[in-house]
Amino acid sequence: MAARLSQRVAGVRDLTRRFGDRVVLDGLDLDIEGGEFIALLGRSGSGKSTLLRALAGLDRDVEGRLEVTGSVAVAFQEPRLVPWKRVGSNITLGLAVPDAGERARRALAEVGLTERAGAWPLTLSGGEAQRASLARALVREPELLLLDEPFSALDALTRITVHQLVVQLWTVHRPAVLLVTHDVDEALLLASRVLVLDGGRIAYEAAVTAARPRHRDHPELVSLRTRLLTVLGVTGDADDVRTA
Amino acid sequence: MPSPALDVQAAREPIRPAGPPDIRDRPPRPPSARTPARSTAWRRWLSPLAVVVIWQAASATGLLPERLLAAPTTIAATTVDLLTDGTLPTAIAVSIQRVAAGFLLGGLCGVLLALVAGLSRAGEHAVDPIMQMLRALPFFGLIPLFILWFGIGETPKVALVALAVSFPLYLNTFAGIRGVDGKLAELARTLKLSRTALVRHIVLPGALPQTLVGLRQSLGVAWLALIVAEQVNADAGLGFMINDAREFLRTDVIVVGLLVYSALGLLTDAVVRLLERRALSWRRGFLSA
Repeated sequence: MAARLSQRVAGVRDLTRRFGDRVVLDGLDLDIEGGEFIALLGRSGSGKSTLLRALAGLDRDVEGRLEVTGSVAVAFQEPRLVPWKRVGSNITLGLAVPDAGERARRALAEVGLTERAGAWPLTLSGGEAQRASLARALVREPELLLLDEPFSALDALTRITVHQLVVQLWTVHRPAVLLVTHDVDEALLLASRVLVLDGGRIAYEAAVTAARPRHRDHPELVSLRTRLLTVLGVTGDADDVRTA
Repeated sequence: MPSPALDVQAAREPIRPAGPPDIRDRPPRPPSARTPARSTAWRRWLSPLAVVVIWQAASATGLLPERLLAAPTTIAATTVDLLTDGTLPTAIAVSIQRVAAGFLLGGLCGVLLALVAGLSRAGEHAVDPIMQMLRALPFFGLIPLFILWFGIGETPKVALVALAVSFPLYLNTFAGIRGVDGKLAELARTLKLSRTALVRHIVLPGALPQTLVGLRQSLGVAWLALIVAEQVNADAGLGFMINDAREFLRTDVIVVGLLVYSALGLLTDAVVRLLERRALSWRRGFLSA
């Protein structure tokens, strides 16, 4: 595991993405080390998802250098389960290994969906669908897991459960994670490194060292929250403004 | 005192074995919630039945002469006659063969062309303009040409059915393929699906609901095309039977032929609906959830 931790799984140099006249990413640099949990914050339209899509190989119109050495898996904001495939088949879709079925069973067990393997995706609740989407990403044993606001559509209680699940899965499998989010608290609770994207570049960066499970009243998180909110341009009492 | 909530429970589950004593002590209730639905379903048969009764009365009193429209009882008797002497079964068999051959040919062409047009831009540019132009042609107007090309045998009839069938299936399958959620195509890329796997697991199943709509439309059109084709020149089949009856003012036989046409149309539609229910059970799960 130590070898994996020190290995760089993705490197981005001078990455630029234009949509017409609008420059969304402007010479962005970023290194992602194996096993680290990055939360990428930014105001809406700051290019968070654009960067994630570039790393996922979904955007071919970027300029600059983009090196992704490890295998990548993505969980999207909407779970994107294929509705005409049962949950189990969704997990194994495109998984070209001999023991795909067994691996899918294990992955579903890990996210607590063993019983729902034979269900149609449209019968799942929002939380179940998002957990299935996580299982589908993790069953590929990625070295880089890209999470594009996967918790934003969940209700507050389900979100807490899925947060805990993600930390647990990350602890066991240790992929590098890039979590795109607009929720400062979510970033502080989950990540080992928090980045703020602004003006098309990484405008602010901070390590989060507090031990997990974290509580949002932890002094390190409280002071970091205030700084992050300032960087994000949110003024006023940090306790009143939970998201930026 | 039972609460209103418990009352509802008792009505829903009249034979619940265990429950609070105050529920069990009540006399069993009739399933009153279902009775209105059943009686309205029965009432829907009243007006068609009334029409038949009035029709019969008009025929019996001579108000409706037989050369215009035969009496329902006459039609029923004729149906039995035509069935027993083998005329109707033979005619049905011939017509079904024509529809089946035309449907298979036209359906295959329609779906294949939709795949070519739907799966690539080059295919779309090659196929779609031609299909859209042909679609604008009134295809019943092609009958004279078809007679010149194919003669007056089975070929022009099968060709007309095939032509009629191919357009609904082409249009719907093409629209279905293009309507597949782009987000799922993106997902397929992140899952590293090959192009073949993308078509097999995402595109074709995604287009299936729309294709089945096309299938129902095309089956309806298939019978329509057959009726028209059989009116023109036929020496066998339902159309021939109807035309022959016209020569002898046998309105009873004509009505039997029409009823058989509509029964066959309803039957094929029911088959497609059954197919839909099985193929789209992932949606049914959504509806019943």
